[in-house]
Order: sequence, then structure tokens, then C-alpha cells
Amino acid sequence: MSSTSTEREGAPASWEVFLRPRRGLAHQHMGSVRADDAAMALGRARDLYIRRGDPLSLWVVRSDAVHAVSPDERDPYFSNARHKPYRYPEQYAPLTGQFTEFREEGRDDDHHP
Amino acid sequence: MRVPRQYVRDPGDEPPAAQDELLAHFDTLIASGETVEPRDWMPDGYRRMLLRQIAQHAHSEIIGMQPEGAWLTRAPSLHRKSVLIAKVQDEAGHGLYLYSAAETLGVDRADLLDALHRGRQRFAATFNHPALTWADTGAIAWLTDGAAVINQAPLCRTSYGPYARAMRRVCQEEAFHVRQGYDMMRALCEGTPEQKRMAQDAVDRWWLPAVALMFGPPDTEAAGAGGSDARTAALGASVSRRAIAWGIKHHTNDELRQRFVDSVVPQAERLGLTLPDPAIRWNEERGHYDFTPVDWETYRDALGDDTHWARQRIAHRRAAHEDGAWVREAAAAYAAREAVRSGTGGTGDAGDAGSTGGTGSTEESA
Repeated sequence: MSSTSTEREGAPASWEVFLRPRRGLAHQHMGSVRADDAAMALGRARDLYIRRGDPLSLWVVRSDAVHAVSPDERDPYFSNARHKPYRYPEQYAPLTGQFTEFREEGRDDDHHP
Repeated sequence: MRVPRQYVRDPGDEPPAAQDELLAHFDTLIASGETVEPRDWMPDGYRRMLLRQIAQHAHSEIIGMQPEGAWLTRAPSLHRKSVLIAKVQDEAGHGLYLYSAAETLGVDRADLLDALHRGRQRFAATFNHPALTWADTGAIAWLTDGAAVINQAPLCRTSYGPYARAMRRVCQEEAFHVRQGYDMMRALCEGTPEQKRMAQDAVDRWWLPAVALMFGPPDTEAAGAGGSDARTAALGASVSRRAIAWGIKHHTNDELRQRFVDSVVPQAERLGLTLPDPAIRWNEERGHYDFTPVDWETYRDALGDDTHWARQRIAHRRAAHEDGAWVREAAAAYAAREAVRSGTGGTGDAGDAGSTGGTGSTEESA
């Protein structure tokens, strides 16, 4: 693991920064800052990511507290999302119009459960 | 020290057969205009080229604070001082957005700063030039930030996701820099004859650093006049072709340089200022302004390497870093003490921190 360890010994921790830029939106990932503790991370995130606008809320999370997985590393892990056309509404007869216009053979029935 | 490998994937980890497949997947992403994200496999050359470009870009932002920063205490009014502080703060912010993006490629920003301080990584040589008068702060913002916007707008679509996202934020803010710089030049040009002379003098000195250095060396074969310079230009052209093929860049340096000249000549005319290049004239046939081509000789002349000011920039940066050591040590000691008190042991133990360091992690968190 040490061959790709990237954080320098003794360097301040990395924190991911999330901002709710305005009402109606969820917090969005902005980037990261380095800081020794949460208070300093918040201060640096404010100075860096909120120099304009009228933001509503700011979060910081230690980068090493983020647990991640991505499809190209663990494909079967995400198989729930793939090749399942029957999860989409357009695969079924429409609620209005003529049934004859609905072509059942166009349906992708390759993947029975 | 064990570091969770949240981002970095070592190409050496994969067997050779799998590497072909990974490369094919990478090429498909680039060809379809999708972004490459931190945990995607990428060729080593791509990672190295990106790192070099993002690091040089980040260094340029923070070194670029110095010429203008020198005028903060001498601004002519409170308004102009507030504007200049905001601008210089933005430059610091741009540097930090970019260091954050660079860290997603598996480096620590402390190592990048080390490389800057030791002269192993470069910054834009534009900032080797001194800001001699107040008007220089206007000329720098109008011309060099104006060049930066043209250079950087296509980078908002660069193929590496974290870099593109950082650049979108940078470009929004650069637009403010250019406008306020142009506005300042307007104020000087509408002022006393002495103020207008000061504006013209600043433009005379900042034109070449902007048009030559902000876009990088000539990188089309036509720019080499023959001999070794032609070979150097050909080498530059092949690097640019590689960068364009990988979607890191979208245009050659020389194309963007032309775009800059086309945009700035009419702006100078409106101000009543003369750009110090007698070759500038509209070319009906090409639909562009002609200007003196930036060949390697011109470029080297503009560099200002190994001058007093070039050494001063790094010396100043190093001094600021070294003078700040006690603050970093105090912050680490405080965090360690608080962690012991609260019994978490977490934040003070910075050496064991994770190495995610950048934009894009939530999109990947399960």
C-alpha cells in the first residue's frame, strides 16, 4: 500500500467540503481543504468556497471517513442498476391512447429474473 | 503508515492483458467526450501530463498574487483597495482549488509546494515581471487575466473531471478580474494626461508577457523560424497534439494566442491605448488581426528567467512558507491536545489521515 500512499507524514488531514448553495438544493461536493481540526477545516472551507453568493449551510467531513466504491472496479456490485429495462415505465402499456400502438415485441425480454 | 487507497489505482497492479482492456475503456471515455474521474484507470503518461499542467497552473495562481499584492497598501482609494484584495484572494483560492484537484491524482500538495520552492516545477513566467506602477495592477488584470480566460475557458471541458470542475469555478471568477481591470484602465484613460500616460506605460510593459507567456511557447511548426528553434517548435507541437488527443487541451497555444489578440485589439481601441506591436492590423482575408508572431526568440526574451524578479518571487514564497511554520505546528499541537482531551484521538493523528484530497468523492460514495 505504501507505494501509492499519497498523504505526507505529519501533513494536516484532508477534509471534503459540501455546500448548500441555496434553498431547495441538497449539499453539493465542492472540493477539499487541509486542516488539523474541524473548526479550522470549516474556516478554510468558508474562505475558499464561499467568497460570493448567499450560501445556507456548509459541511466538512474527514476524507478518510468517506467509504467509496465505483462500478469499473466492482461491476457485480452495481448489477442492480444494469440490464433491467423492466424497472422503467416506458416498458409497459401506456395509460392513454390505443393499446394497438403499444408494441410488446419491442420490449426487451432478454432478462427474466 | 497505512493509507486507504480511496482514489489512486496503480497501473502496475493490473496484469498486462487487463491493461489492454483498461486502455480500451479509457480511450472510449475520451473519444465519447466523457470525463475521466479519479478512480478510473488512466495511462501513466496521461496522469503525468495532467499533474504537470495542474501543478504549474496552481503555482502560477499563487505566485501571481505577488505583483498585485505589492500594491494593496498603496491603493488610491478604499474602493480600489477592496477590489484588489478581493482579486488577490481569488487568486489564492484558484491555487487551492487546483491543489485540491491535483491531490486526486495521488500527490500531496506539500510535495508540490516543495517542488515549486526547489525550482523543480515551474510557474507562469509572466509573473517574473514586476508591477512598477499602480496602473500595472489594471494592465495585469485586463491583459494577463484576459489571456487566462481565453486560455482557461476550454479547460472547463478538459477530460479530467476534477480539473474541469475546478476550472469552471476559476473561470467565473476570472471574468470579474478582467472586467475590473478593464474598468480601472478606463478610469485612468479618462483621467489626467499623466494618468493616461501611466496606463499606456503599463500596457507597453505587460503586452508581451501576456501575449507570449500566458499561452505558452509556440507550438505550431510555422512558428519556428528554422534551425534548432524549428525543432523545438516541432517538439512543442507534438506535446500539444498529445494533450489534444487526450482531451486535456482542445486548442494549440498559437490558436488561443490569435483568439486573444482578436478580442483585445478592439478593447484597446475603445480605451484609446496603443498595443506595442506595430504589426497589428486587421486581415480581411483571414478574418483575424495580424500581429508579430511569437517565435522562440521572442518567447525567450519575454521569459525573464534568472532575473532579480524571478528569484524574488520564489524567495518571497519560500519565506512566507517558512515564516508560517510555527502556525502550522501550533495548529497541529492544538488539534492533538484537543483530540486527547475529547478521547477521540482522531484529528490530531494527522499522519494517518486518508488521501482522498479532492473533488468528486461523493459521486463515488456508495
